[in-house]
Amino acid sequence: MRLFSSTVGRKNLMALSGQALIAFVVMHLLGNFTVYSGALNSYAERLHSLPLLVWSFRLIMLAALTLHVFYGAIITLENRAAKPQAYAVTKTQKATFASKNMIWTGSAIAAFLLYHLIQFTFSGVPGRDLFSRPDVFGMVVQGFSSLPVVLVYVASITALFYHLSHGIQSSFQTLGLNSEAAMPFIMKSAVIISLVLFGGYSSIPLFILLGAVR
Amino acid sequence: MNLALFVWRQKSPADSGGLQQYEARDISPDMSFLEMLDVVNEDLIKKGIEPIAFDHDCREGICGMCSQVINGTAHGPQEKTTVCQLHMRNFKDGDTIYIEPWRAKAFPVIKDLVVDRGALDRIIQSGGYVSVSTGGVPDANAILIPKADSDRAMDAAECIGCGACVAACPNGSAMLFVSAKVAHLALLPQGCVEAARRVCVMTETMMKEGFGNCSNHYECQAACPKGIKVSFIAKLNREFIKSLAKPSEAL
Repeated sequence: MRLFSSTVGRKNLMALSGQALIAFVVMHLLGNFTVYSGALNSYAERLHSLPLLVWSFRLIMLAALTLHVFYGAIITLENRAAKPQAYAVTKTQKATFASKNMIWTGSAIAAFLLYHLIQFTFSGVPGRDLFSRPDVFGMVVQGFSSLPVVLVYVASITALFYHLSHGIQSSFQTLGLNSEAAMPFIMKSAVIISLVLFGGYSSIPLFILLGAVR
Repeated sequence: MNLALFVWRQKSPADSGGLQQYEARDISPDMSFLEMLDVVNEDLIKKGIEPIAFDHDCREGICGMCSQVINGTAHGPQEKTTVCQLHMRNFKDGDTIYIEPWRAKAFPVIKDLVVDRGALDRIIQSGGYVSVSTGGVPDANAILIPKADSDRAMDAAECIGCGACVAACPNGSAMLFVSAKVAHLALLPQGCVEAARRVCVMTETMMKEGFGNCSNHYECQAACPKGIKVSFIAKLNREFIKSLAKPSEAL
């Protein structure tokens, strides 16, 4: 299959799996916002009453993540091998901190994902709320009452910001869904979307830590 | 003006090489960068030192032979300019200048600043052509081509194959070079017939030659002396996606 063997094909797979993961990141944030409206527990209960939806979604995400991590690692190793000797003086003109550190911000996100799943998903919800539903809200508030935990979250979301600020615009270039006229708009939008996601995600642990959400 | 140069010296492909310091004295700001190196080499010859080897040919910015990374930038500090067309007025008296060869696994150093860019020729040989049966020369304009398409094809055809895109790419990828040829031919009626095969074969050869993958740093566009844009890489990507509709045997 050329899609899996060709350098352009693998780049397409990176872009498509990346966009699927971005779609998840957006949906996850919308779900998270129920923390503010007080509907988190009912949202969680309703979501888990639909196991077919949850599990098909999880499988698609796992497939996208596996592809993205696998090819991300291979491509990075190949690219390093293609540039064995560095210049004595390097002066980059267009490459950004984000574009040059995709493998590191990506690794940070992967490590965080594992930590996040262990903390909130694999461990199960310990308590029950007044309506005897699993008390997800209580678990989240409890989790974010610790400063080190909140710092880990904000740092990881920062890595996500950098990863997406390059990844979003790069995916449009890779899939050819752009033009010279549209590219400045796509690049600016990518940064704005990444900033909005950063603000949305980091607000929850910060507000809980500061006692604004109880 | 007087300058301090740090130049990469490497006797042979097997030699490990290193930076050597030289002085460039009484350089006129009207000299080109290569003329400045000629002056330095005259001086080295007088002193009985092996002159610095560097590639050059037309010295008019059209042949794509000159290939030096100057202070970390392929072809030096002036935009859309080859080393031979870079003039010393872009530097100040007392400047320190680092001169290095193109760096990439696919471009082994032959000597000093000279690298082997045969890999680019092999990419072109693999698919950067149009298969035309021999015969009489067709009339000019026998095949009508929209002006916008022909303009864009000519923009892509401006590539002189110098390899600055590879030198500037942190991944050592030749994607801008490949995309210029793929886009140039795919935009024209004579070339679009083989577009699917061309994009697959040329990118495959690129990887076999040891170039890296493109990850959209866009350094290549900044370094290109001919102003080839990364929008041609997006065009290459579209050509690849279109090629997926064809079975491998049909290519």
